Amino acid sequence: MGVWGVFCSRSCPAGCNIWPRLTVRVSGPDLRESVPYPLEFFTSKPTISSHQTAAKIFINNEWHDSVSGKVFSTYNPATGEKICDVQEADKADVDKAVQAARLAFSLGSVWRKMDASERGRLLLKLANLVERDSAYLATLESLDTGKPFLSSFFVDLQGTIKTFRYFAGWADKIHGSTIPTDGEYFTLTRHEPIGVCGQIVPWNFPLVMTAWKLGPALSCGNTVVLKPAEQTPLTCLYIGALIKEAGFPPGVVNILPGYGPTAGAAIASHMGIDKVAFTGSTEVGKLIQEAAGKSNLKRVTLELGGKNPNIIFADADFELAVEQAHQGVFFNSGQCCTAGSRIFAEEPIYEEFVRRSVERAQRRTVGNPFDPTTEQGPQVSAEQQSRVLELIQSGITEGAKLECGGNAPPSKGFFVEPTVFSDVQDHMRIAKEEIFGPVQQIMKFKTIEEVIERANNTEYGLAAAVFTTDLNKAMNVSAALQAGTVWINCYNALSCQCPFGGFKMSGNGRELGEIGLKEYTEVKTITMKMSGKKS
Amino acid sequence: ALHCDHATMAQNGTIENGLARNTSPLPQPVKIPEIKHTKIFINNEWHTSIKGKKFPTINPATGVKICDVEEADKADVDEAVRAARAAGQRGSEWRQMDASSRGRLLHRLADLLERERAVLATLESMDTGKPFLHAFFVDLDGSIKTLRYYAGWTDKIHGKTMPVDENFVCFTKHEPVGVCGAIIPWNFPLLMFMWKIAPALACGNTVVIKPAEQTPLTALHTGALIKEAGFPPGVVNIVPGFGPTAGAAIGSHMNIDKVAFTGSTEVGQLIKAAAAKSNLKRVTLELGGKNPCIVFADSDLQSAVEETQKGAFFNQGQACTAASRVYVEEAVYDEFLRLSVERAKNIAIGDPLEPRTSHGPQINQHQFDKILELVASGKKEGATLECGGCAVEDRGLFIHPTIFSDVKDHMRIAKEEIFGPVQCIMKFKTQEEVIDRANGTQYGLTAAVFTRDIHRAMSVSAALEAGTVWVNCYNALHAQAPFGGYKMSGNGRELGEYALAEYTEVKAITLKLSERLTL
Repeated sequence: MGVWGVFCSRSCPAGCNIWPRLTVRVSGPDLRESVPYPLEFFTSKPTISSHQTAAKIFINNEWHDSVSGKVFSTYNPATGEKICDVQEADKADVDKAVQAARLAFSLGSVWRKMDASERGRLLLKLANLVERDSAYLATLESLDTGKPFLSSFFVDLQGTIKTFRYFAGWADKIHGSTIPTDGEYFTLTRHEPIGVCGQIVPWNFPLVMTAWKLGPALSCGNTVVLKPAEQTPLTCLYIGALIKEAGFPPGVVNILPGYGPTAGAAIASHMGIDKVAFTGSTEVGKLIQEAAGKSNLKRVTLELGGKNPNIIFADADFELAVEQAHQGVFFNSGQCCTAGSRIFAEEPIYEEFVRRSVERAQRRTVGNPFDPTTEQGPQVSAEQQSRVLELIQSGITEGAKLECGGNAPPSKGFFVEPTVFSDVQDHMRIAKEEIFGPVQQIMKFKTIEEVIERANNTEYGLAAAVFTTDLNKAMNVSAALQAGTVWINCYNALSCQCPFGGFKMSGNGRELGEIGLKEYTEVKTITMKMSGKKS
Repeated sequence: ALHCDHATMAQNGTIENGLARNTSPLPQPVKIPEIKHTKIFINNEWHTSIKGKKFPTINPATGVKICDVEEADKADVDEAVRAARAAGQRGSEWRQMDASSRGRLLHRLADLLERERAVLATLESMDTGKPFLHAFFVDLDGSIKTLRYYAGWTDKIHGKTMPVDENFVCFTKHEPVGVCGAIIPWNFPLLMFMWKIAPALACGNTVVIKPAEQTPLTALHTGALIKEAGFPPGVVNIVPGFGPTAGAAIGSHMNIDKVAFTGSTEVGQLIKAAAAKSNLKRVTLELGGKNPCIVFADSDLQSAVEETQKGAFFNQGQACTAASRVYVEEAVYDEFLRLSVERAKNIAIGDPLEPRTSHGPQINQHQFDKILELVASGKKEGATLECGGCAVEDRGLFIHPTIFSDVKDHMRIAKEEIFGPVQCIMKFKTQEEVIDRANGTQYGLTAAVFTRDIHRAMSVSAALEAGTVWVNCYNALHAQAPFGGYKMSGNGRELGEYALAEYTEVKAITLKLSERLTL
């Protein structure tokens, strides 16, 4: 996923996907002029030694050591080297954070009494601070996740800044309504904050996911206890420093680096947390919802896995479809819940589509995230790397045709070659399971009815895409697909203005857009008895 | 909010870093040795008038000319409209800009207003005569907040999709109307400027705006800031000039798609007629008011006295929301009157740049004369003059805060908009009676009710014919809440989400499909 739309509209007047352009641009001779920061910035390896103090637990606008005294390490997946140690939050730390968040949310607190427009100002200030430090944050993000620096800078940072700005604007526009009730009554609604929101974010887009969670929660006036992924806690902790600098009152945002089974579980089952939002795997999503049910029926929003179909009709703009389908699956080393990992190509163009897709995948540059020509970095961890390789192996065993890639290149980091399978059948594991790696499955289809049925035949329903120049096909297929987002002739065109979330087992609820506010408010109906009917 | 006591002002909008700010020193007016921007602003450039004419702008507190300003007339308006059309044409930078980028530009303009806050407040005070602290805390605060509020709307102006019958897909787009003419008054020059341009720009329109000839300076200064913020040339054009020339040219221009006017009901009628006669341009009007305040015996009387009086005298009574008809329930009438008079006598009249001053001069001789003429009519028609009623000796355009009691509904002072510091106090007996009397006017801008009784508050606010009803408060205006008039107080609404509807055309796009959607 990648807030591509954001980037496209910024730098490409035609509104097309940026990736091919960017590839051309950064490998061209005019690099220094065409990117807004110096080349040496990302060619020498940065260190974060000066921010060692940030690698702590952030509660009440202060930095804390873990109650247990435990620490864990975070690694650079491009080299396998340790970056630094981080204080490890567990249940006791979550308790402390919830206490702080509850206090910050208590009736009459600075935060609760603040004008809605002032909450907007604080979020705007936060956006400005992220923008100020965006080069540093992009570096840190690349170091911790392995994603290419340029991608961090243009996609993740832009998406983060825009999300904060967008929700800053909503703060004083969250309207209740007045309702013409029957009888001698007058009714109005207030959209009030829910309370303390627990938020658990993944490692594939640490900063963007932090913004997707904090933006609407703070805009609506909630307080937050947020756990970044243990693989990638650094940028999220840095946001803690900016939260304080922006002037959010103590306790409004608390950040607890730690593990799922400990800190994450403590959040999901906490009796003092009113709502939990989780982005991650479907498997863990189920655990979260269950824990919410067993504890205090906290509200739950989930943004989970996907096995997203991408349907290419013979009448499509072929070049565009090949490139978008390629980017749709390989972006962020395939580590996206939106990854377009099931490509259905119509029979007449199937052979050519496979040939061109393989050619494109073979051209994909894999390497050092700080090399500006790099399109693909490593997988986030050794564990993820071996999981991806295992699924590739299953594809070969089950009889799919390995067209290219399939191996881990000899390197210190956790890299996987861009991999393309053709002749994939719907029953194979690679066609059913979320791979979360740079692996493209290409299938053949003959009719619209057939492809719709096959595309929908999955427990997931996050995103889907259709490539066609036929208006009827575009509208009919997009209406028939069971997915929270359907892209027509584009892929990963996410923007903070549009709702995002899953049908079926890809999630509950929606993030972003106006509808994202709904997940962070309780509606209160106030009905007043009137003396006489008022028209 | 247009609250004018300093305690409220100091709280308003100054909560920073999530914590109430410690008492900070009062802002000070700045020395302005030379007025920088006195020309016509078109295409982000400064122009002299085509006819070569200029007009003076006067400091009403001293009667001294501040400077000469280039006078726009029809030919200059034509130039401005050409620039605005070009800036808003298909494929232009402005039309192709992301909605969120328009929001960023509006935020940047708000930042620049914050930077220039003291300068603009000083200029506003000099040009209008309003107390500097009012300009700083009310006008500037309101202007900045209005910009920020609409900055947030730009990428949230949603169309809809409709489940239409049969094989169709239907969706709406909310598109900008085009070139918007705006004509604004002299009582809140900068604030009205923002009320007009902020929603217009948020929706992606271009603007030709005429500030009042009495008070062009803050608008022109803002022109420079609009350029600095980075708005493309032609998006905002500012044409200082007079109503019958530049204003009329806007009202009847064939290439202006919408006109928004704030001013008198009389001129509002001319604008609407001109719009109809020319090209049926869309019209929004924010006009006069003769706003009733109803004070029940069960209200917090002290608070009612203060709120109604601030409502009547704020900005020297020069507000379309002025609380000029106060209906007081019989049982508390005498006490209310006594407290009101006592309070009015303590109002600090003086140099607007002095921090202690809360009451400045009227805007000009014409207004001054009109007010005193209405005061004379009140005396003649039999109302009791309780205090004030005359000019401050040797001080040019200053008028003492004036209170009339025993005012009857048929008197001119009870019917006509005075636009001066004159409070008319009437007596009433029953709720039914007072509602009828409050509504017995051609106007319907604002109204207020003072009571502790929840039923009464709800019944009376439902019954009043006014675009805004305040309960136990007055002039509590906010960027988030719609504002505008019933009846002859106006057409349409400004501020809030509602204002966006006035600056957009809705386009329904319907696609025919070869077969029914599989929904």
